[in-house]
Amino acid sequence: MNSFFRYKQLLQLIITNFKEIVREPGVLFWGILFPILMSVGLGLAFTQKVNVVRKVAIIEEKSSSALHHDSISLKQYFQDASLAARDTVVDGTAGFTYTLLNDKLGNTTFIFLKTNWDNAMIWLKQGYVNVIMKETNGKVDYHFDPANSDAKLSYILLSGSNDKENADQIKPLTLSGTRYIDFLIPGLIAMGIMMSCMWGLSYSMIEKRSKKLLRRMVATPMKKSHFLIGMITVRVGMNFVESFLLFIFAAFAFDIRIQGNLPALFTIFIAGNIAFSGIAIFMSSRTSKTEIGNGLINAVVMPMMILSGIFFSYHNFPDWGIMIIQKLPLTMVADGIRSIFIEGGGFAEIAVSSLILTTIGIVFFVTGLKIFKWH
Amino acid sequence: MKPVIEVKGVHKSFKTVKAVRGIDLCINEGQFLALLGPNGAGKTTLVEMIEGIQKPDKGEILIMGKKWKGNENELHQLIGLSLQETYYTDKLTVLETLKLFASFYNLPVERCLEIMDIIRLTEKRKAYVVNLSGGQRQRLSLGIALLSNPKILLLDEPTTGLDPLARREVWEILLDLKKKSNTSMILTTHYMEEAEQLCDYIVIIDNGEILKEGTLKQLLEDNNGENIVNFTLEEVHISPELLIGNKRFNIQWDAVTGRGEVVLSQLENELPEFLGFLHTNNLRIKHLECQRKTLDDLFTSLTGRHLHE
Ligand SMILES: Nc1ncnc2c1ncn2[C@@H]1O[C@H](COP(=O)(O)OP(=O)(O)O)[C@@H](O)[C@H]1O
Ligand SMILES: [Mg+2]
Repeated sequence: MNSFFRYKQLLQLIITNFKEIVREPGVLFWGILFPILMSVGLGLAFTQKVNVVRKVAIIEEKSSSALHHDSISLKQYFQDASLAARDTVVDGTAGFTYTLLNDKLGNTTFIFLKTNWDNAMIWLKQGYVNVIMKETNGKVDYHFDPANSDAKLSYILLSGSNDKENADQIKPLTLSGTRYIDFLIPGLIAMGIMMSCMWGLSYSMIEKRSKKLLRRMVATPMKKSHFLIGMITVRVGMNFVESFLLFIFAAFAFDIRIQGNLPALFTIFIAGNIAFSGIAIFMSSRTSKTEIGNGLINAVVMPMMILSGIFFSYHNFPDWGIMIIQKLPLTMVADGIRSIFIEGGGFAEIAVSSLILTTIGIVFFVTGLKIFKWH
Repeated sequence: MKPVIEVKGVHKSFKTVKAVRGIDLCINEGQFLALLGPNGAGKTTLVEMIEGIQKPDKGEILIMGKKWKGNENELHQLIGLSLQETYYTDKLTVLETLKLFASFYNLPVERCLEIMDIIRLTEKRKAYVVNLSGGQRQRLSLGIALLSNPKILLLDEPTTGLDPLARREVWEILLDLKKKSNTSMILTTHYMEEAEQLCDYIVIIDNGEILKEGTLKQLLEDNNGENIVNFTLEEVHISPELLIGNKRFNIQWDAVTGRGEVVLSQLENELPEFLGFLHTNNLRIKHLECQRKTLDDLFTSLTGRHLHE
């Protein structure tokens, strides 16, 4: 009798919680559509061969036409360009364009704009151009900041575009698992778990407290543990659906594959959910002000979003920084999922992280519960 | 008979405010008790201590002879309550909200249907809480309090902010309950009509203390036996000394509006005497009215303020 009683209560808590979540239109957008849009946006931006336009300022020597599009020197550079040079006017400045065709790297269109040195410097400072070609004594000098990799790339393309021999050495990475999108999707899944737990659990808990609903509910024979278990269960279930939909989309749109062990993936997924649910309960254990809740959640979420290598690898940070970053829960989840998705990893790769994540979750949950303000 | 709720010498302070300063109460089975007092009197603090939500600094609260500590589960089963403000989940329907709370008491769905009938929300069972009117929301709150057929009902300002019609609807539900069950109730309010209409026992509190308590009759009769009689006269131009300086009667006279007021302690003897006095002075009465004493008058005479200030 007693156990049946609890089961019914827990079931109702889960059902109402679920309804509450899915009836909020924001849930569909932020939980499901937003990650997919993000994967599309970032995936396309970084994986597609795009046609790039590069603007270059040219400064001619007086009475010379060495840099005219008929000039020998430029013609020589662009002899492979299958699009002929065309005169053009951009923002009132006369110039001409060439397009370098490359089916592996994508096409590059150069727009050469004729100007003088002073104006060219202004353009450079504004970032309007990042390379200046100046003709002196019939020779062309390139002026650019060597620390600017984009400028360097322009220079290499311009100065070496006639170097046909190297073209065959370019082997674009198209193998599944090595592209940017392969890096991104596991990160998005990890981020989804964090965001969904932190906002979904913390925020709705604080809201229930501020609306005095929490106070009202604990003034009944309701079991407090059931209440929390109900909320967490629904949240983890939602996270599963959201991650699954994102994966399905990525599988169709980008041919993403899971190369490693599925049960291991499930394990790290659950461990991540436990960690962030625990943290979420802890964060929401005292305050009844949604503004304070906002701040608290952001204070936890933002640093990890930036540091944990969701969008770009954290390996550019200094070594001591990487040591710390690798201990962040979001990093552990993202790296764990990544190792299974793209490195073909299994339990060996995620066992330690899963254990740490679970421990983090339990410690935060228990501490949060100790100081939890129901009234 | 053992009292249902006993409150003995209860105190409660917050940082700077002494919200409740030594209150004793005793409620018997089937009794409806009103805690009447203005905003900030300490009503909510007191009932929340009885509800087990807040803990007294000093004093003792017994419910069916039991303390809260260690008896939470049992006492939660006995008590139905509605807090001063609760916002139930916006996007749940009336029925879903009731079903959720019913599950805490292990009650079947039939009980939810029954309750919806009692609180007259059956038509609204599929409406989201967010779309209910103020009165409907208060009735839902009341319905949740009544779900488990509680022996004890604790309602904190159940009609505050409602229009008179919506208020009356809540009253009818409670009067019906009083007829049909032997539930004991504590209701807090700052509407004297509410206390008068619903409760057999009224406790007037202010500043965390009990000012006066008793049945409505006791409270109003025990008012130094004073009656206030208002009157206007046919004659407009009267010398004020005749009325104001009168030695026999305590008369107040407003020459501008032509209204007077006299305080009489014993109507039967003093009213005819007063009329005789007017007659002998050739003053003819145009209008005379014996003012009904209210709880608000009582409150004013005790504190110099009104209940709604
Ligand atoms: N949580 C609290 N913190 C500080 N002061 C409080 C708190 N709750 C109530 N008070 C103060 O205690 C007094 C009594 O409040 P309350 O019991 O809500 O009165 P009522 O319900 O009669 O309007 C008020 O002065 C109020 O400001
Ligand atoms: Mg109050």
